[in-house]
Amino acid sequence: MADAVAEPAEAPAALRHAEEVMGTVFSFDVRGGEPGAVRQALGTAVAGLHRADALFSTYREDSEVSRLARGGLTVAQVAPEVAEVLDMAAEAERVSDGWFSPRYRGSVDPTGIVKGWAAERAARLLAAVDGVCGVSVNGGGDVQMLGAPEPQRPWRVGIADPLRPGGLAAVISAAGAEELSVATSGTAERGAHIVDPRTGRPAVTDLVSVTVVGPRLTWVDCWATAAFAMGSRAGLAWLESLPDIEALLITAGDEVRCTGGLAARLG
Amino acid sequence: MHALKKNRPLRRIVLASAATVSGMVMLLTLKPHTSPVLATTGTKSPTVSSSSAASGGSGTAGGGSKKSVTKTVTGDTVQTRWGPVQVRVTIKSGKLTEVAAVSYPQDNPRDQEINSYALPQLRREALAAQSAQIDTVSGATYTSDGYRQSLQSALDSAGL
Repeated sequence: MADAVAEPAEAPAALRHAEEVMGTVFSFDVRGGEPGAVRQALGTAVAGLHRADALFSTYREDSEVSRLARGGLTVAQVAPEVAEVLDMAAEAERVSDGWFSPRYRGSVDPTGIVKGWAAERAARLLAAVDGVCGVSVNGGGDVQMLGAPEPQRPWRVGIADPLRPGGLAAVISAAGAEELSVATSGTAERGAHIVDPRTGRPAVTDLVSVTVVGPRLTWVDCWATAAFAMGSRAGLAWLESLPDIEALLITAGDEVRCTGGLAARLG
Repeated sequence: MHALKKNRPLRRIVLASAATVSGMVMLLTLKPHTSPVLATTGTKSPTVSSSSAASGGSGTAGGGSKKSVTKTVTGDTVQTRWGPVQVRVTIKSGKLTEVAAVSYPQDNPRDQEINSYALPQLRREALAAQSAQIDTVSGATYTSDGYRQSLQSALDSAGL
């Protein structure tokens, strides 16, 4: 009970947790539900993240993905989660015309999709608990939100300003959306780490950050990565063409560019 | 000579920004009211330093209901790499309304110079994050180390 604090008025109880996994930290915020049941589901969700890390990590020699890349495993032999993610990664590659790639230097490497997929899966698991009215799972800066934290208040996500550390470039509100996710790709935290699949080298781009907003984090995370590699002009045009997707791009020159429907999501 | 002079302000800004971020994390890790505690189901939960730093609370009730209470909380003195820092925050109706540094390094002119920039900035950012009423932050993926300096870690531990 120590974790679940009843707030004044009718606000549902909140359970928060931060878990270090996949080289980053996942932050959970779950509202409502019976505390024991929520805590148990949180344990399952966290175990799922560690299992995903064990299956997908390219830093672990014994992960299924590493074994797949070495040829020690075939696609027919992998765990169902790995097969599911590889299928989704292939679809992301198709939709992005190759700008999202599930390979690195010719080897299978679905790293770009795993974190978003894992955070979305964890959020859905928690939302399925009886009485839970709102879930937010933030996987290292990419967020899946379901429901709402309180009856009259939507989830609100600050977009980190890549050019002003500690500051926010915008605030996105999930008002009216039963599910919403926000993913950001950029150089602010780990430098030029996004690879242009066409050259195999760090993407040459005029962007410092791309934030994509849409219902499912699995896809939104892939689209942010792909658009970052495309650059502001092509990236914005492509994002504008995707249904149910909005975006905010920030260039190295401190210009902000948005898709047409983003304004309706700004809080 | 000229090059050196040009270089100094940049260094100041870098240092000041670093001080701002750590100050902000520290500040928001004060747990002044009914903030939820981090759950401990995981084995390696990161803990932000001084998360239980709230040492004193002089509550001045502004009315009967819990919603209108004004509370001032002074944190423990925290050792930073620049010296000891202590922060006081005022919470009114569950909202952060004021942030003040009670003690901070001011032994030499450089400290004073940094403080003149960093302390107002710290206050501004903390109040801005509060008034934006955000639940979480999206940004470029941070590493586990980067998380400890992030606004997200401050939100997590403060339970704002």
